Amino acid sequence: MAATVNIAIVGGGLAGLMAAIKVAEMGQHVDLFSIVPVRRSHSVCAQGGINGAVNTKGEGDSPEIHFDDTVYGGDFLADQPPVKAMCYMAPDIIYMFDRMGVPFTRTHEGLIDFRRFGGTKHHRTAFAGASTGQQLLYALDEQVRHYEAEGLVRKLEHWEMLSMVQDDNGRCRGLTAMNLRTLEVKSFPADAVIIATGGVGLIFGKSTNSVVCTGSAQSALYQQGVKYGNGEFIQVHPTAIPGTDKLRLMSESARGEGGRVWVPRNPSDRRNPLDIPEKERLYFLEEKYPAYGNLVPRDIATREIFKVCLDGLGVDGKMQVYLDLTHIPADVLDRKLGAILEIYEKFVGDDPRHVPMRIFPGVHYTMGGLWVDYDQMTNVPGLFAAGECDFSIHGANRLGANSLLSCIYAGVLSGPNAIKFAQSNNGKRYDGSEAIFAQEEKRQIELNEKLKNQRGSENAYRIHDEMGKVMTDNVTVIRYNDKLEQTDAKLQELLERYKKVDINDGNMWGSQALPHGRQLYNMLELARVITLGALQRNESRGAHYKPDFPNRDDANFLGTTIATYSPEGPELSYEKVDISLIPPRARKYDADKGKGGKEVAPNAAQKENKIEERVKAGVPKDTAIVAESEKPGHA
Amino acid sequence: MPEKVFLRIKRQEKADGPSRWEEFEVPYQPKMNVLTCLQEIQRNPVTRDGRKTSPVTWDSNCLEEVCGACTMVINGKVRQGCTALVDDAAVSTSITLEPMTKFPVIRDLVVDRSRLFNDFKRAHAWIPIDGTYSLGPGPRVEPEEQDHRYLLSRCMACGCCLEVCPQYGPQSAFVGAAVLNQVRLMNTHPTGHMNRDERLEAIMDEGGITDCGNAQNCVRACPKEIPLTTSIAELYRETTWHGLFGWLKR
Repeated sequence: MAATVNIAIVGGGLAGLMAAIKVAEMGQHVDLFSIVPVRRSHSVCAQGGINGAVNTKGEGDSPEIHFDDTVYGGDFLADQPPVKAMCYMAPDIIYMFDRMGVPFTRTHEGLIDFRRFGGTKHHRTAFAGASTGQQLLYALDEQVRHYEAEGLVRKLEHWEMLSMVQDDNGRCRGLTAMNLRTLEVKSFPADAVIIATGGVGLIFGKSTNSVVCTGSAQSALYQQGVKYGNGEFIQVHPTAIPGTDKLRLMSESARGEGGRVWVPRNPSDRRNPLDIPEKERLYFLEEKYPAYGNLVPRDIATREIFKVCLDGLGVDGKMQVYLDLTHIPADVLDRKLGAILEIYEKFVGDDPRHVPMRIFPGVHYTMGGLWVDYDQMTNVPGLFAAGECDFSIHGANRLGANSLLSCIYAGVLSGPNAIKFAQSNNGKRYDGSEAIFAQEEKRQIELNEKLKNQRGSENAYRIHDEMGKVMTDNVTVIRYNDKLEQTDAKLQELLERYKKVDINDGNMWGSQALPHGRQLYNMLELARVITLGALQRNESRGAHYKPDFPNRDDANFLGTTIATYSPEGPELSYEKVDISLIPPRARKYDADKGKGGKEVAPNAAQKENKIEERVKAGVPKDTAIVAESEKPGHA
Repeated sequence: MPEKVFLRIKRQEKADGPSRWEEFEVPYQPKMNVLTCLQEIQRNPVTRDGRKTSPVTWDSNCLEEVCGACTMVINGKVRQGCTALVDDAAVSTSITLEPMTKFPVIRDLVVDRSRLFNDFKRAHAWIPIDGTYSLGPGPRVEPEEQDHRYLLSRCMACGCCLEVCPQYGPQSAFVGAAVLNQVRLMNTHPTGHMNRDERLEAIMDEGGITDCGNAQNCVRACPKEIPLTTSIAELYRETTWHGLFGWLKR
């Protein structure tokens, strides 16, 4: 019988916890690292639901249709076999959560209810009110706590991973991490490592992400030689609430339950929205996309909202549109959308039951990530990646409610695969006493000391603001090559100025400034991967849109962007996409997807060009997703 | 519209060290919250009288009141920092910030709430399942029952209920309202119900339900408006019954 292996899992969100449960269930041991107590992981913010073709609505839904919806929604950039496997596993995943006690909203017969989400015609999204991520995360948190009580999981909360430890053959043998209370750096041997560290929203300054979503761990690994895939594919969610510190998500489920997006037809109409009659309202998504209406996929909705606002049609002439729930009965709203209504009320002050919400797009999700094979293993043997931090499944655009699903799928695969790898690789088991561990510890300690002792006039948080602003202005919804080049130049300037950062904190006990300083460097390096990937991809596909290259170009760009680190910057190449199951076809949502849809009329294309010219001149300053760093007291 | 926000913040360098007050002034922005103010101090860590200092440390993550991280005492009241909007009269442009008092301080506004997570273990706050492999759907649940369980499931372990509870603190072993609520949540699920006695017995032990003094501060302080006192009242009934008649089941 094989000896018990020890798997290190970094990140305690849905993917990390699912992997931990799988490993513990197989009687093996887990070291679970998390910056925050795992119950507070960013997965807790997910609102709308989790997809699975359970087909209890009499619609003839199936995992096969779910598979096609996902591949089509991703604009054919995803390797298809894992997507198919995920869609076929989805009903069992929902049932598993059901049995764990997740309080899914129920139908009259006591079955799990399903709602409709973006990019599909079927009701296949299971939900717990409008805070589904919270309930799913808590169910896994509880299961892991059970294994922790039994001694199979050791939780290392308030520890941040800094780097992996590799042996002379390049195999991952463990990691180094920093205790966020004592700031001590320690190496940890592991028979395999699973990275589940989430998305990279903090690179854009303001986003819907939580404070820990920096991508720092992914970037550190990329700098150590791990391949990073499709970095330029960043999802900007169509409906977020602008804010001083964060863009708060207004779930797609608001539209799933019947919410309608509109602006007044007359751009100078300043009436109270409730006084504007139906025919004087422009329900632009419904008019342009009759087949999917308000539930077109996110990249399409975001671009349409952007265009409407740049056209001067935004509410009160500002960069905002209405998301209207006032026509939906209050009891339905309370039951199915209560949690998100509460967020709007607490942070904006209006009651969405009676007043249409004002929203604007915001950076939300990272489709790209660490490259993995179909077993969730990266190009480094023994190093796995799972969840939002890996590049698989979603291609060029993620469908709503597929993320919670893909995190669990990745966790289900990576846990057992990590064990299989660890047990099949016979030979010496490393126990932490080997020189490679002390060497990597020393390297990390030196980096910390350097940052601690650095003096200069720069402030890390202000550099972070500048990075966020330039990334949001130039590398989100509408991309131009000259702006992308300027952005990369700016990032390199910030990397230089980073050398003059003073963290202003001589007290290493519980310092937050030192960890942030380390994260900032990693964010700047990863920002270059995103920017240069966007620059080189001269086509439009899914969330990546260039007015100068408005069409999808399968001949040249049906490939996964692979970024490999070099000290001068990312080296980019393309890998063939596995399209063996569904041949690519044109992606249009103005008609049912089977038929491919109509071409855009010539005069409409003309109108689009005018809009792009105005964007080129500079994004207006009151854009919600523009970082507000031009205030008194800022550099 | 105001121009500045004035903050008086209780600082502490080490876990067992002395505390002191520091005062700051940051620029006002409409709709800003207390955490926005703390982020401004990070950008410019200088006190109100021009002295350079270290940035204030505090716990936060989601910034939208679902993760429970940013619990702190604001103008004398324990609440989440992210939803403490400066425009609210209860917060205003003159703000006092202190860490929670029922948990050991790590530094500044950061406290150690691991006791709460350990007490979740004491109460067996999980549903034991056979396995994560394919086993088909779970049990049917009535919609109203599920809606009630949903309310209980919103507990984000923020600790507000523990901060305001007279019975909870370093001086007692009481597990507090949050843990009792978890017992109720698990026991009302069809599968969880199968081992409800295990959880009831855990809270009939030292630090359990009999330590509750009925102050009812908890339900008033809960940012998610969880019906904590209802959960506790139900558990009183169940533990009493179990204590008197539970042995009859054998």
